[in-house]
Amino acid sequence: MLDKIKEFASTFFVTGDPMIYGADVSIALAMIGIVFVLTYFKKWGWLWKNWLTTVDHKKVGIMYILAAILMLFRGGVDALLMRLQLATPDVTLLHPEHYNQIFTTHGTIMILFMAMPLMFGLFNIAVPLQIGARDVAFPFLNALSFWLFFMGAMLFNLSFVIGGSPDAGWLSYPPLSELQFSPGVGQNFYIWGIQISGIGSLATGINFIVTIIKMRAPGMTWMKMPVFTWSVFSSCVIIIFAFPILTVTLALLFLDRFGGGHFFTLDFGGNPMMYINLIWMWGHPEVYIVVIPAFGIYSEVISVFSKKKLFGYKSMVYAMFMIAILSFFTWAHHFFTMGSGADVNAFFAISTMVIAIPTGVKVFNWLFTMYRGKITFKTPMMWAIAFIPNFLIAGLTGVMLSVAPADFQFHNSYFLVAHFHSALIGGVVFGYLAGLYYWWPKMFGFTLPETPGKWAFWFWNIGFYVCFIPQYSLGLMGMTRRLSTYGWDTGWQPLNLVSTVGAFLMGIGFLFQVLQILLGIKNFRKLKDTTGDPWGGHTLEWSIPSPAPEYNFATIPQVEERDDWWAEKDKRAKGIFRKQPPIEAIHMPKNSAIPFIMSVFFFIAGFGFVFGWSIFYIPGLIGVAICMICRSFFSYDGDYYIPADEVKRTEAAIRGSV
Amino acid sequence: MAQAAAHHSHDHDHGHHDPQELKMLGFWIFLVTDVILFSTLFATFVVLRNSTAGGPGGAELFNMTGVIIETFLLLTSSFTSGLAVLAMNKGSMKGLINWLIVTAILGLGFIGFEVYEFVELVHEGANFGTSAFLSAFFTLVGTHGLHVSLGLVWMIGLMFQLKKRGLTPETKGKVSALSLYWHFLDAVWIFLLTVVYLMGVM
Repeated sequence: MLDKIKEFASTFFVTGDPMIYGADVSIALAMIGIVFVLTYFKKWGWLWKNWLTTVDHKKVGIMYILAAILMLFRGGVDALLMRLQLATPDVTLLHPEHYNQIFTTHGTIMILFMAMPLMFGLFNIAVPLQIGARDVAFPFLNALSFWLFFMGAMLFNLSFVIGGSPDAGWLSYPPLSELQFSPGVGQNFYIWGIQISGIGSLATGINFIVTIIKMRAPGMTWMKMPVFTWSVFSSCVIIIFAFPILTVTLALLFLDRFGGGHFFTLDFGGNPMMYINLIWMWGHPEVYIVVIPAFGIYSEVISVFSKKKLFGYKSMVYAMFMIAILSFFTWAHHFFTMGSGADVNAFFAISTMVIAIPTGVKVFNWLFTMYRGKITFKTPMMWAIAFIPNFLIAGLTGVMLSVAPADFQFHNSYFLVAHFHSALIGGVVFGYLAGLYYWWPKMFGFTLPETPGKWAFWFWNIGFYVCFIPQYSLGLMGMTRRLSTYGWDTGWQPLNLVSTVGAFLMGIGFLFQVLQILLGIKNFRKLKDTTGDPWGGHTLEWSIPSPAPEYNFATIPQVEERDDWWAEKDKRAKGIFRKQPPIEAIHMPKNSAIPFIMSVFFFIAGFGFVFGWSIFYIPGLIGVAICMICRSFFSYDGDYYIPADEVKRTEAAIRGSV
Repeated sequence: MAQAAAHHSHDHDHGHHDPQELKMLGFWIFLVTDVILFSTLFATFVVLRNSTAGGPGGAELFNMTGVIIETFLLLTSSFTSGLAVLAMNKGSMKGLINWLIVTAILGLGFIGFEVYEFVELVHEGANFGTSAFLSAFFTLVGTHGLHVSLGLVWMIGLMFQLKKRGLTPETKGKVSALSLYWHFLDAVWIFLLTVVYLMGVM
C-alpha cells in the first residue's frame, strides 16, 4: 500500500530537480504566508466582498494587471534561465527536456497569461472611463472572464510542480504534441489552461464590442471616440473572429489525445499540417490583437505629452482597421517552407508586406504629432518614444521575413526569434508599460515616482537592444531556435554571452519597477493625485477624480468635441462653464459570487481532464452547469441604486479635498 | 444628428442603458463567434472527408432516411419556435408555453434520431477513432447535436422561469435570444445536411 502511494506520488508530483523542490517550498511558503496574513489582519471578508465577488470594471482591471505582473515575473525567470543555459557552450544548468519545458512555458505564459491579461486590465480600466460610461455592457460576464483567465493561468502553472510541464513549444505542434510523442499530462495542462482562459478572452471581446457600440456618452460619435477606445474596438473585432478558431483547434487536439481521434495524427488519415494552419489562423491575428491596443496607448500618450492633438486621427483609425482585416490574410507566412507552392507563398508574402503600409502611416502620425509639440519626458512618454526605433527594427526585419524565398533561410532561426521579440517587447510590452504608468493615477490615486521609473526604463531599453540585436546576427550565423546547447566550434559564444547580459539588464529593469511601485506606495501621500488630471489629459477619464469613484461619473457627460475634456478645460479657462445636470440616483450592478465559484468548477473540470480522472471532471462540469442555471434564475435582481444624496456626499468628499 | 443625440440622451437618462438591447446585441455577436466555430469545424471536415484510411466513407455509412427525418424535425421545430415568439408578442403566455413544448419535443426527436444514428455507426464498426474522416464527422455533427441539447436544457429552464415570472422585458428578451439561437442551429443544419450528408453520398 505504502509503495503504491509512493509510486503515485512520484508520478503525480514532479521530482528530481532541485529547482522544482525549491518551487514546491516557495509555493507552500507563499500560500501559508497569504493565509496567515489574511487571517491575522482579519481580511478574508474584505477580500471576498471587495475583490473576489466584485463586478466593478476598475477592480477587475486591477486584478488582471496584478496577475499579469506575476506572470511577467514567472515568464521572465524562464527567459533568464534559458539565457543562462545559452550564455556559453556546454552549460549543464538545464537538461534538454527541462529546457524544452521552459521555452514552452515562457512563450505560452508571455503571450497568453501576461500580454493578454495586461491588455484586458487596461481595457477594463480605461475604456468605460474614456467613453463616459458607468460600466461595461455585461459586468457579470466581465468578472467571469477575469476568473476564467485566472483559473486557466493557475492550471497551466500548476504543471510545473504537478504532473510535468508541456514541452512541445508554445503552439504545441503535432505530431510532437500527440499522445504518441508526448504521453505525459503536460500537453493536457497546456490545452486546458489555454482553453479555459480562452473562453474568458472571447467573452471579453464580445463585452467590449457591445460596450463601445452601445454605451458611449451622448454626443460621442464614432469619429469623436478616443483613439485608445478605437484600438480596443479593432482588437476585440479580431478577438471574436480569431478566438473561436483557437477553441476548436485545442478541442480537436484534446479529442486526439483523450478520445483517440485522428485529426492531427500521422496515421489513420490525420493531417498534422492542418493543425499548423488552424493554430496560425488564430495565432497571427493574435499578434495584432495584442499590438493594436498598444498602438492606441502610444497615440494617447504621445498626443498628451506633446500637448498637441493627435496628427491624422482618421488615418490612424483606418490604419488600425486595415491592420485588423489584413491580419487574417497572413497566417501562412509562418510556414513558407510547408511546400504549398509559389502561388500560395506569393499571396501570403504580399499580404504580409502590405501590413507595413498602415503601420508606416501610424509611425509617421506619431512623429508628426511630436513635431513642434511641447514634449515633457515623463515615464509614459519615454516608453512611447523608445517604442518608435524599436518598432522600426521589428517592422523592417518583419518585411525581410515576409519575403518567401529569403524566409527559407531565416525560418526557425534566431533571426526570427529576435524579430518577434522586438515586435512583442518593443511594440507590446513597452506600450502596456506606458499605459500602466499613464493610467496608474486613475487606478490608485497617486502617480508613480519618476526617478526609479527612469532607471527601470533605461535598464529595460538598453537591455532590450543588448539582448536582441546579437540574436539577429546569430540567426544569420546559423543558430536555430529551441536549441538547448551548442559547441565551441560554432563561434556563437561571444554574441550569446552579450545577449544573456542584455536579458539580465532587462531583469534589473523589472526589479526597478517593483521598487518603483513599493516606493510609490510608501510615499503615496506625497504623490497623491489631487487634480484627477495629472498629465493634462485630453479624454474623459481625466475629468473625474483619481481614483475614479465606484460609479465613475456622477452625471453622464455630454460630449461635443473629439478631445472633449481638453476643449472643456479651454472653455473653463475662458470662464465658460457647462451647465451640470442634477445628480440623480445611479443604477449599479450587484456583486456576485457566481463568476468566482463557476471558474473554480472550471478549474476542477480542467484538472480532471488533464489526468483523465472522471471523479474530478464530472463534478466539475456539473458545478459549471449548476452555476449557469443559478445565474439564469437569479439574473432578475442583479442591480441596485446608489441614492442621489450618497452620490452628492461622495462627490463633495472627493472634490472637496482638491 | 442633433435629434438623434437628443433622442439618445432621453432614452438613457441616469446613464442607464436598456439592458435588453445590450443583451440582444451581445447575443448576436456571440452567434458570430459560433459561426466561426462551426466554420472551422466545417473546414476541418472538408479537409479530412476523403481521409478514410481504408475505412468506410460517407457513401457506405449514411442512412439518408434517418437524416431526412432529422431534417424535417429540426426545420419544423424552427418554425414552431417562431410561432412561440409570435404568441409571446401577442401576449399569450399559454400559446408561448405550448409552442415551446412542441419545439422541445421536436428537438428531442432530432437528438433521439441523431443518437440512434451514431449508435448504429459505432455498431457497424465506424467509430470516432476509425479514421480522420470519422473523427471529423462525429465532431462536426456532434458539436451541432451538443448545441441542440444545450438549447433544449435552456428551453426547459426558461419555461420554468416564464411560469414563475410571467412575461417581463427580461423573460421576453430571453425567449427572443433562445429563438434566435434555435434558428441559427437550423441554418447550421442545412449546411451540415449539404456538406456532410448530400455531398457524402453523392
